[in-house]
Amino acid sequence: MNRIHTLFQNKKERVLSIYFTAGFPELEDTLPVMQAIQNAGADIIEIGVPYSDPIADGPTIQDSNMIALENGMSLKKLFEQLNTMRESISIPVVIMGYLNPIIQYGMEAFCKKCQELGIDGLILPDLPVQQYLEEYQELFEKYGLANTFLISPQTSEKRILEIDQNSDGFIYMVSSHSITGAKSGISEEQIVYFKRVKDMNLKNPRLIGFGISDSETFTKASTYSNGAIIGSAFIKVIKDSKNLAEDIKNYIQSVIQ
Amino acid sequence: MIKVDEKGFYGKFGGAYIPEMLHPNIEELRENYEQIVATDEFQKEFKSLLKDYVGRPTPLYFAERMSQKYGAKIYFKREDLCHTGAHKVNNTVGQIILAKKLGKKRIIAETGAGQHGVATATVCALMGMDCTIYMGALDIQRQRPNVERMKILGAKVVPATSGSQTLKDATNEAMRQWINNPVDTHYIIGSVVGPHPYPEMVARFQSVISEEIKWQLKEKEGTENPDLVIACVGGGSNAAGTFYHYYNVPQVRLIAAEAAGLGISSGKSAATTVLGTPGVLHGSKTLLMQTEDGQVVEPHSISAGLDYPGIGPVHAHLFDIGRAEFVAVEDEDAMKAGIELSRMEGIIPAIETAHAIHALNMIEYRKDDIIVINLSGRGDKDLDTYIKWGGY
Ligand SMILES: Cc1ncc(COP(=O)(O)O)c(C=O)c1O
Repeated sequence: MNRIHTLFQNKKERVLSIYFTAGFPELEDTLPVMQAIQNAGADIIEIGVPYSDPIADGPTIQDSNMIALENGMSLKKLFEQLNTMRESISIPVVIMGYLNPIIQYGMEAFCKKCQELGIDGLILPDLPVQQYLEEYQELFEKYGLANTFLISPQTSEKRILEIDQNSDGFIYMVSSHSITGAKSGISEEQIVYFKRVKDMNLKNPRLIGFGISDSETFTKASTYSNGAIIGSAFIKVIKDSKNLAEDIKNYIQSVIQ
Repeated sequence: MIKVDEKGFYGKFGGAYIPEMLHPNIEELRENYEQIVATDEFQKEFKSLLKDYVGRPTPLYFAERMSQKYGAKIYFKREDLCHTGAHKVNNTVGQIILAKKLGKKRIIAETGAGQHGVATATVCALMGMDCTIYMGALDIQRQRPNVERMKILGAKVVPATSGSQTLKDATNEAMRQWINNPVDTHYIIGSVVGPHPYPEMVARFQSVISEEIKWQLKEKEGTENPDLVIACVGGGSNAAGTFYHYYNVPQVRLIAAEAAGLGISSGKSAATTVLGTPGVLHGSKTLLMQTEDGQVVEPHSISAGLDYPGIGPVHAHLFDIGRAEFVAVEDEDAMKAGIELSRMEGIIPAIETAHAIHALNMIEYRKDDIIVINLSGRGDKDLDTYIKWGGY
């Protein structure tokens, strides 16, 4: 059974997913960062594949993408680094990446490789639902990859239902209309949106992401969902870290305390 | 038939590969634009502004001296005489009326050469709309006069400092800002790129170019159809407008001039059909200059308006099926063609446009063929580049 499904069967509250950019801050940090995230007690690891044109990302993640690319990160390199991942990582691992590098790798080859390495799911922010259904759903299913779609405060109820119908794993609720890393704190307006979606009783669990950075925002988001995703704030922690394992542990524990 | 399908594809290219956050905006546009554009009210306002504000129809001018030199009947479609100095304004007039009808209050846009930025700032001033233009930091340096024009017109110009700091990065930034402001803001894309319905919508607003060529040529030559039409391609909006009513007239050859920069194999070029492979950028599947790992390559052209690593999906399709012929023009040759046009016809063209002029030296045609070249813009904005180049 897919590790994402198992996780949400056993844990329905305060699920923490951590996003980081592969090959950042140093090329060979990918696996050590993943191990530190797991050891610190997070529930899901989201590996970001760096891309030259990340249009849904703010300055922090743009920056980590650029540095990772300069470090020499690529999908091929990432897959090499993940070769022995499952010897030390037991929690769910999701790949988050823009479509173009994956298309160049070859979608089927990519999915097959993900399965071999023990990747559980995919988040491809610029793959629209329609295109997924027409071109890729079969492939994802064939290789046992759970697919996660995003929704935002602008997403209509009808479309949320359609997305719920076609999602498998969890739904990624973008917390406000913004790119990543934009603001801190959670407003009343956002809570209205969180509640509205909560009351729809979707079949998939929901994680809230974008703008989650600390224990307070994590707890608030978790009140209205199954948990949250932290990206930019985590990137900031590891960016200038002299001791990755230690800093990651302290940060994640301060969030989930 | 060259025609966009329901899902926004031209053959293999097009579509709407956008983050879900943009879906409502794109959906709103897709659901409403055709219907709004089809109303008499829209058409009346659009046509009236094109005539009295932009100065249309632009002349179709028979270039006698160039015709003698090249042994063909060469006509210039004078988009350089449009208000603001380039074809870009045809599109911004259309989109600003649309934005108003959609109830939008703010406009954002990307710009490369600054022509689209100026054309957007202009219509925003005209309609009293708030306007922010994203422009690559490098382009801000090399297109200074246009930056100041935008500011005089009341627009805010925001530098895009990521990546190559040119048009691609300005487009990324505009898309990000649209994600941040989805409700009250309309994004006026400046070329036939981006997610469906933008490529077709922009092409339709620019199609007035070939619509006019048809009746103007009929008056002058007794036929609507030239033997060749030539236009430069950055994203491809002036070319799409020039080709539009000839897409499905096979006897009219369509010639597209791309920027070869310092040379195709120099690593400093923007010749997308030569160097590109299928990929996804800025919301559509198209031909794209990229590494084998799928990272978008930073292009180079001496003309900021052609300095883009992709082309509109319609052009990728025209290339794919062999309907259009593509030539790649190097910086140096474009500059020389710009001087040639200045000296022979008294028209200083934009450097983008100069690429289309040089195409005459790269293609074969029969003696006395009728050739229409789209003069997409004038060279005022490029004086600095002409001066620095200095070869005149
Ligand atoms: C005068 C002129 N011609 C051509 C272009 C290229 O754009 P497109 O290919 O969309 O016509 C530009 C872009 O800025 C321009 O200013």
